[in-house]
Amino acid sequence: MRIVVTILAVAALASVPLWLRDPYLLNALITTGIFVIGAMSLNLLLGFTGQLSLGHIAFFGIGAYVSALTSLGFDVGLPGGFRVVHEPWPPIIGLVFAILAAGLCGYFVGLLSFRVRGAYFVIVTISFAEVVRLVALNWVELTQGPLALTNIPSIALPLPGFGELTLRTKMQNYYLVLVVALIAYLLIARLVRSHFGRAMRGLMENETLAVSVGIDVTRTLTLAAVISAAIAGAAGSLYAHYIRIIDPEVFAFINTVTMVIMVISGGKGSLAGPVVGGLIFGLLPVALRPVMAPEAQWIAYGGVLMAILFVLPRGIVPSLAQRLTKRRSSTAALALTETGIEERA
Amino acid sequence: MALSEFLQHLVNMLVLGGTYALLGIGLTLIFGIMNVVNFTHGVLYTFGAYIMFIVVQQLGLNFFLALPVAVLAGWLLGAAIELTLLRPLRGSDIDTTMLVMIGAWIAMQSGTLWIWGGVAKSVTTPFPEAPLVLGPVSVSWLRLFVLAAAALLIVVTYLLINKTSLGRAMRATFQDHDTASLMGVNVDMIYTSTFAIGSSLAAAAGALLGPVYVIFPQMGDLAAVKAFAIVILGGLGNITGAVIGGFILALAEELGAGYVSSGYRDAMGFLIIIAVLIFKPTGLFARAERVG
Repeated sequence: MRIVVTILAVAALASVPLWLRDPYLLNALITTGIFVIGAMSLNLLLGFTGQLSLGHIAFFGIGAYVSALTSLGFDVGLPGGFRVVHEPWPPIIGLVFAILAAGLCGYFVGLLSFRVRGAYFVIVTISFAEVVRLVALNWVELTQGPLALTNIPSIALPLPGFGELTLRTKMQNYYLVLVVALIAYLLIARLVRSHFGRAMRGLMENETLAVSVGIDVTRTLTLAAVISAAIAGAAGSLYAHYIRIIDPEVFAFINTVTMVIMVISGGKGSLAGPVVGGLIFGLLPVALRPVMAPEAQWIAYGGVLMAILFVLPRGIVPSLAQRLTKRRSSTAALALTETGIEERA
Repeated sequence: MALSEFLQHLVNMLVLGGTYALLGIGLTLIFGIMNVVNFTHGVLYTFGAYIMFIVVQQLGLNFFLALPVAVLAGWLLGAAIELTLLRPLRGSDIDTTMLVMIGAWIAMQSGTLWIWGGVAKSVTTPFPEAPLVLGPVSVSWLRLFVLAAAALLIVVTYLLINKTSLGRAMRATFQDHDTASLMGVNVDMIYTSTFAIGSSLAAAAGALLGPVYVIFPQMGDLAAVKAFAIVILGGLGNITGAVIGGFILALAEELGAGYVSSGYRDAMGFLIIIAVLIFKPTGLFARAERVG
C-alpha cells in the first residue's frame, strides 16, 4: 500500500515537465524541490532526534558557497603572507565537495552544540548560522561579499563515451533535483528503519532511558547531524548551480524558517511530511502572488504557521494517517460488536 | 592617542550597554519565568522605535512624551500577544511555543514593512548638535539622555521585582510555579504581567536607540539576538546578570568594531553565545543548573 502510493507519487512528479510548459511554474517547482531536500534533511534531526536546529541554512549555504567556489576557482591571501590559488574544477566535483564540507561542519557543530539541549541548542545553532553569514559578508576576497558570486556554471553530467551533458534547461534541472530528492528520501528512509534510526528515536522519547540501555548519545546525535548537514549541503550545491548566483542572503534566517515550516506543517518524524509540507509551502507564494502584495504574503505566511501549530500541531501527514487508521479500526470494532463479541476499549 | 581612542570606546560602551541591559532584562524575565523563547522581543524593540517616530514626526508631539507612550504601547502589545497566543498554548512543549512566536514575529515584522515601507526613518531630537566634550572624549547630548533614561528604567524594574508584591509573586513563580499557585499566586496573571513588562522594556530600548540610529522594519532582528546573548551571559531570570551582560556585550562590540573590523561588530553577540554555552553553559553569574 505504502509502496504503491510512493511509486504513484514519484511517477506523478516525474510526469510534470511533460505537461507543464510554463517556465515560471517549473522554476518555482525546482526551487521548491531544492528546499524540500533541505527540509527532509532537517526532518532527520527535528523529527527523529527531536533537536530543533534553527541554523540549518548554514549547511545549505556552506554547500552552495563551496560548490560555487570549487567550480569558479579563487585566489585568496591568508594571514602570514600565504596565498591559496584554486583553478576552476567541474561543478560535479563541487557537488561532492559541498556534501563533504557541509558534513564536516555538521560534525563540528554537532560536537559542540549537543552539549546543551532545548532552547540553548536552538540559540547556538542560530548563532552559528549568523556567524557564517557574517563571514560570507565580510570575507570579500573569497566570497565577493554583498557583490555575490556570479556566473556559477551549470552542473554537467559526465556521460562515458558521449562527453558531457550540461544541464541548462529547466526540464533537465527539474529531473536532476527530482533524482537527488529521491536519493535523499531513500537514504533517510533506510536510515530511520535501521538500528541507528531506533537509537535516534529512543533518544527523542527518553534520553535518560536510552542512555541506560547503552545508546551512545553524543555519537548518535553527531552522526545524525553529519548526515543531515551533508544532505543540506547537496541541496545548497544544486541551488548554487541552478540559480547561478549566490550572495550572503542565502544564509538569511527566514530560509531556515521556511524549511522548519515545511517540516512542521507536513509532519515532523514522518518521511513524507517534509515533501507534502514542502510542496504546499513552496508553492503557496506562487498561488498568493496574483492576489496579495509581497508584504501581505509574508503576513499570511506567519499567520499560516501559527494556524498550523494551533490546529494541526502534529502536521498534515500524521493527522491524515491517524484519521485513516482510526476509521479502519472503528469499522473493525463495529464488525466485532455486530458478531456479538465484546468490544474492548 | 591610543588611550583617548580607548576612552571613547568606553563611553560608547556605557551608552550602548544601558539599552542592551533593558533589552536583556525584558527577555530574561520572559525566558526565565515563562520558559518561552520569545522571538517577538525584537519586533517589540522595532515597535517602540516606530512609536517614537509616530509621536515625534507624524503627530509632532514632544520628544520626552514619546518615551512613556512607547513603554505603554509595548506593555499593551505584549499583553495582547500573551493573551491571544501564549495563554492558549500553556502546557505545549517549548518548541511549539517557539515556532508560534516565530510566526508572530514574521507576521508583525511584515506588517511594519507594509505600513511604513522599507525606507529607514529618522527622528528629530530637541538636543543640540554639538557634543559634550570632556577632555579626550566627546559624547552627544542625545546619547547622554539615552543612558540616563535607560539607567532610570533599570532601577525602576529592579525595584518592581524586588520591592513590590507583584515582584515577589513573579520571583515565586520563577522558582516553582506549582508551589506559587498553591500559595495563592494567580500564575496566569503573573505570566501576562511578565510578558507585558518584558515587552515594554524592549519597546523602551527601541524608542531610545531609534533616534540614535535610524528606524527600519528589520532593526529588531539583531536586537533580539543580542538580547539572547545577554540572557545567556547573565543567566536565566537573573536581572543583575542581564545588566552586567548588557555592558559586557557592548564592550565586546565596541572593542571588536574598533580593533578587529567594523564588519564583525554584530558577530560579537553570536560568538559570546557560542563561547558561553560551550564553556560555561550556566551563564557567568547563575547559581541554578541549566543544561538538561
